[in-house]
Amino acid sequence: MSFDPKRRDLLKLSAVTGGVLAMSDVWPDDAEAGQAAATQAASAADAQDVPEPIDVVLRVNGREHRLALDPRTTLLDALREHLNLTGSKKGCGLGQCGACTVLMDGKRVKSCLSLAALADGRDVTTIEGLAPGGPLHPLQTAFIERDAFQCGYCTPGQIMAGVACIEEGHAGSADEIREWMSGNICRCGAYDNIVAAIQDATRVAAPARKG
Amino acid sequence: MHPFTLERPRDLGTALGSGAQSGRTDASVEYIAGGTDMVQLLQEGVLRPNRLVSLAGLLDHRIEMNDRGLRLGAAATMADVAAHPAVVQQFPVIAEALLASASPQVRNQATMGGNLLQRTRCPYFRDVGYTACNKRMPGSGCAAIDGDNRWHAVLGTSDQCIAVHPSDLAVALVALDATLEVRSANGQRTMALTDLHRLPGDTPHIEAALQPGEAIAAIFVPASPAARRSHYLKLRTRASFEFALVSVAVALNMNGQRISEARVALGGVGTKPWRVPAVESALSGMTLGSADVRTAAMRASQGAQGRGYNDFKIELMQRAIVRAIETAGARA
Repeated sequence: MSFDPKRRDLLKLSAVTGGVLAMSDVWPDDAEAGQAAATQAASAADAQDVPEPIDVVLRVNGREHRLALDPRTTLLDALREHLNLTGSKKGCGLGQCGACTVLMDGKRVKSCLSLAALADGRDVTTIEGLAPGGPLHPLQTAFIERDAFQCGYCTPGQIMAGVACIEEGHAGSADEIREWMSGNICRCGAYDNIVAAIQDATRVAAPARKG
Repeated sequence: MHPFTLERPRDLGTALGSGAQSGRTDASVEYIAGGTDMVQLLQEGVLRPNRLVSLAGLLDHRIEMNDRGLRLGAAATMADVAAHPAVVQQFPVIAEALLASASPQVRNQATMGGNLLQRTRCPYFRDVGYTACNKRMPGSGCAAIDGDNRWHAVLGTSDQCIAVHPSDLAVALVALDATLEVRSANGQRTMALTDLHRLPGDTPHIEAALQPGEAIAAIFVPASPAARRSHYLKLRTRASFEFALVSVAVALNMNGQRISEARVALGGVGTKPWRVPAVESALSGMTLGSADVRTAAMRASQGAQGRGYNDFKIELMQRAIVRAIETAGARA
């Protein structure tokens, strides 16, 4: 819907500048009127179809948020669109790419495959909550030092999955890391450096765990 | 997503009274548990229920082992079952099948019951842009039969549907004679896992033999010496995070180098998890490493029908069976 004004502007502009439209019998005003009627009809249908909001309490990065959400809202969309935590990324929206990875009760999950209303009462940690206000998490530092990204879009998900991978004890070798990080796709192909960064951070984490 | 109301009942009885129907594409009321497959199906518009009933927190998630066998609560996650010491030691085929499934994130979310009831990955089913899919729209045809059917089934197919059942877990469990505890508002019944999934026949849109309101509450796997010497072999085009082209679950009871009892089930080739009793009976009494094992494995393909791009599966499944048996047999 947000594209409609732009389309209308484009049509007007075309008419003013002498009309580059091939369909010269469609005048801007006709198009506008027709589109407005269609928009009205569509929003009436939408209004009928939009389900009642559902009350949800989300605990994210230690803070509690009370929301009223369309039941179709995924946890990822709730984080990004309602809590303005845009660190978690929307890649495929179908659980295939891992860009949306967050921790739920300390375990890594794909937030795009979780309905927000069913995360009610669970503890969610996003990339924003990994090292709040303090020095970077060792894996964040390792990603910078190892240049473990190019475009950076998959990086928050890679880091959250990597943190869990180390915590779980699945970072014992490069092969093991590759297997246990297979839920996170990097379109730029920075895999070698991602594996190296996780290995670096594992070495930092290991003495701490023993102590 | 098609609009739905989301119900979060406080007790199982209320949920079971909802009339939610699992395993039917035309259901207007559906359960949701871990949600990893359901949310995808909703996002893609493949399923369009009006009501979604959450089972979160209502079903047993315990993993218990006693002399009789292993009981997996339906809400146990794939990750928890795969890591459980009793599963790893007594039922390695289950742990291996789970670890070869999905991704670590999905395994933290997805449940046992949901895994068994996940829907086929047939691209013609999953993409509503295709108009011909009898499983999604009864009577519309099957785009896969003359289409890109490299992934599709060669066993248990009909001229209505050749979609493959995608669960690795189900293949392992079928090999081990697992049974299901099914709950409804009226009580409880036990069914063999082999009876859960239906052949497509003329009604491919009805996948599970569950009545309205019924939910899988637990899985029971009987203990056996064969279960301890078991193995899951999964062949796929990527090394990880990929569905099977062909997979084999094998459990063996050995007398020295001789097979006294074999259980073999196949994934990636059937419209449901596919047990091959003809192979099992042929293997009985054979010696590991003998050429006879390959002859026995050939029986798996009885009745197999390739559709072009998936013809290779007919020989591949035989070879996979041989390798899985040799691997399981070599285990102490």
